[in-house]
Amino acid sequence: MYRHLFSRKNLGIPYMLFLALFVMAPLFVLFYYAFTNGEGEFTMLNLTGFFSDPNTLGTLFYSFGIASVTTIVCLLMAYPVAYILATSKLRAKSVILMLFVMPMWINFSLRITALKEILTWIEGSLAYHPFLNTVLGMSYDFLPFMILPIYTTISKLDGALLEAARDLGAGNVQAFLKITLPLSMPGILSGVSMVFLPAMTNYVVLDMLYNSTYIMGSLIGSYFAAYNWHGGSMIALILLGIVCLFTLLTRGIEEENTRGGMLL
Amino acid sequence: MIKKVWKSLLVIFVLLFLYLPILVLMVYSFTDAANIGAIRGFSLHNYVTLFTTPELVQMILGTVILALASALLATILGTLGAIGAFYSKKTIASAVTTMNQVPVVNADVVTGFSICILLVVVFGVSKDTFIPLVIGHVTLCAPFVFLSVIPKLKQMDSSIYEAALDLGATPFTALIRIVIPQIFPGIVSGFALAVTLSLDDYFVATYTKPATFDTISTYVVNATKGAQTTIKTALWALSTVIFLLVVLFTVVMNLRAERDNQERSGV
Repeated sequence: MYRHLFSRKNLGIPYMLFLALFVMAPLFVLFYYAFTNGEGEFTMLNLTGFFSDPNTLGTLFYSFGIASVTTIVCLLMAYPVAYILATSKLRAKSVILMLFVMPMWINFSLRITALKEILTWIEGSLAYHPFLNTVLGMSYDFLPFMILPIYTTISKLDGALLEAARDLGAGNVQAFLKITLPLSMPGILSGVSMVFLPAMTNYVVLDMLYNSTYIMGSLIGSYFAAYNWHGGSMIALILLGIVCLFTLLTRGIEEENTRGGMLL
Repeated sequence: MIKKVWKSLLVIFVLLFLYLPILVLMVYSFTDAANIGAIRGFSLHNYVTLFTTPELVQMILGTVILALASALLATILGTLGAIGAFYSKKTIASAVTTMNQVPVVNADVVTGFSICILLVVVFGVSKDTFIPLVIGHVTLCAPFVFLSVIPKLKQMDSSIYEAALDLGATPFTALIRIVIPQIFPGIVSGFALAVTLSLDDYFVATYTKPATFDTISTYVVNATKGAQTTIKTALWALSTVIFLLVVLFTVVMNLRAERDNQERSGV
């Protein structure tokens, strides 16, 4: 028996237990708390309360807006940069790519502090442009996560396809729209999911920029501060639902894409 | 030619967006100005404050120790988990992979909050024991170790392990002498990733940390809301120190990678 203790299969047992205890169990507890009240009785009030309160609904829509705009801004900055770097023949290419990745390793709170100081200097007070500053802060924080996956997919792209397109008479624009852009979709999608979801929940960026928090994540924070575990659990559950939905959606598109690729 | 100029300008613009704030803060960390924009003389007082204020020193050391400890635990758990899952039946392997994916895609707020509910509210574990904090950080990091070890296992030639067993090695010896060395690069990058994740975390720490303990992130977030100027500008110095360390680390890693490449092409 002892001989098999360290067999390869058994090595995974501690991690499986860990996942069951600290990843799955918390989710079940979250579920339980979301549908009970302080006396431990079953209730739907937390759920109906969320969808009937204009404040929480407003927060949901506002965070959707913030996250969408942030994602678009990041994409508009990241795609050209990733494309230029991936297609350039510069020798210093890897160094420049490194420069785009490096901010990921610097503590985000310190980077946001730096941004806050600069913006305060430029704008006088951050309170004048709350939406702009939120989007700027989020984009500043998440941009590297958008550049890297797009760069990876574009640089793996088969150059022969582009040559074939040109041989068959496609112009630069047409070749880009028909070949490069569709084939870089997987990178775009993984970049989008790495920016959109955090932008909906990462309330600390707003909190730091001007002490106000109106996105989904901050609702959890306020329930937590008020020791309202039931309300907080419901928000967490709703966020979890959004995460699941979003993951399924992006994965669905990705699969469709690979299927389309196979048809070719 | 003009196209090239536009391309370079675009890249430079985005780089400036990412680096200008950090660089300006770096310049101002060497002055005695309390706000960006004021022109003041050279001073090292921010660095003196940073390294002599017990509160700041403890906070930095605490963050580093927490990151190393939880990254170590996460690396052991995640690596063994990856080996186990990789050689298990398909159903078990896919169940583990799915569970592993949960903290990766989930919002950190939800991860932190749910662990806090389970450990603190349901089981009544005191936050002062650091147990919820360490478990939270291991939960955050271990899945990424798992994900960086799996590709190395796929590349590995598993017949060597079987040969070792046939030649009389115990599974433990074979694990230590055959499997671990072959997947070691994956383990190292997993560990590095775990350290950076733990260092960068705010949400899990806020929901699980003892009230008197602060990580760099939680401390900085609170400090930016406060009005204490000496602490605020000392954090500019901290930002500069971390930035320079990251630059140094990147340069060293790149030089080493280049040297390895040259050695390989030399052979």
